[in-house]
Amino acid sequence: MAVTVSVPTILRTHTGGEKSVEAKGATVAEVIDDLEARHPGIAARLVKDGKLHRFVNIYVDDEDIRFAGGLEAPVGENSTFTILPAVAGGAASASATTFWRAADVRTRVAGG
Amino acid sequence: MLVIRRDLVDEIVAHARAEHPHEACGLIAGAEGAERPERVIRMVNAAKADEEQERAHREVLLGEHGEYRGEARSSLTYYTYDPAEYLRVQREMDGRDEWAVVNYHSHTRSEAYPSVVDTELASGPASDPRIHYVIVATRSEDAEVRSYRIVDGVVAEEDISVVESYAVESYMFAHTGADDVPDNS
Repeated sequence: MAVTVSVPTILRTHTGGEKSVEAKGATVAEVIDDLEARHPGIAARLVKDGKLHRFVNIYVDDEDIRFAGGLEAPVGENSTFTILPAVAGGAASASATTFWRAADVRTRVAGG
Repeated sequence: MLVIRRDLVDEIVAHARAEHPHEACGLIAGAEGAERPERVIRMVNAAKADEEQERAHREVLLGEHGEYRGEARSSLTYYTYDPAEYLRVQREMDGRDEWAVVNYHSHTRSEAYPSVVDTELASGPASDPRIHYVIVATRSEDAEVRSYRIVDGVVAEEDISVVESYAVESYMFAHTGADDVPDNS
């Protein structure tokens, strides 16, 4: 299945600056393999230990593949295939203020 | 250093205040290839979604975070984008040859400093290290606005230079103090 892949800004270094490239495959995994064959190095930014990297999202026809079978999610002819970084955050983890900033360390060591 | 027009700073502060005590989130888009923020795109904080949706989202997307399992994901201390909106906004930016120069969000009960979650997500393999991460702290009446670069898990604060317009070369610093000056406030 031929698909059009939308590539996030930082991965465009692998595609010669193109934000949209073509690829083929019947599943997400196959499309990623084909992307890797055409644009070496890109797969390592998407997949880790045989799974989609937890901070990367892929949408096939606007559906998050994690709800459609993950890397085995099927891909249809002329499907859209959109790669996006996961975006989330917030104060959530209580350790927001426990980062040891360089300034604080120097201050503590010097007793200031 | 982040050079940013005053009206854009005012807008993200207004957004953060309007959402308080929930975290506000959004992007400031600019021409692709340049680092000049031009237009604010407010995003919905999907953590404000109804409980069932949030639970489903959390299980699939966040279940792998062993350290966060069992923690409540409240929009008072967490933000995430709505996928449909994020797709639409990304396509809009692509169509206009824009990219996200600034990613902003607010902290409503703590300081304007990146948390572990902020840092991890910003360091993902598909995240652009050129993005300026701006955090607005709304716990006091004077909103605090600070900016950071986050690359491979390392947080570096940067100065913010607020300008009246990009054409005029007059700069005012919204935040003084370099990284080697201890912030005792």
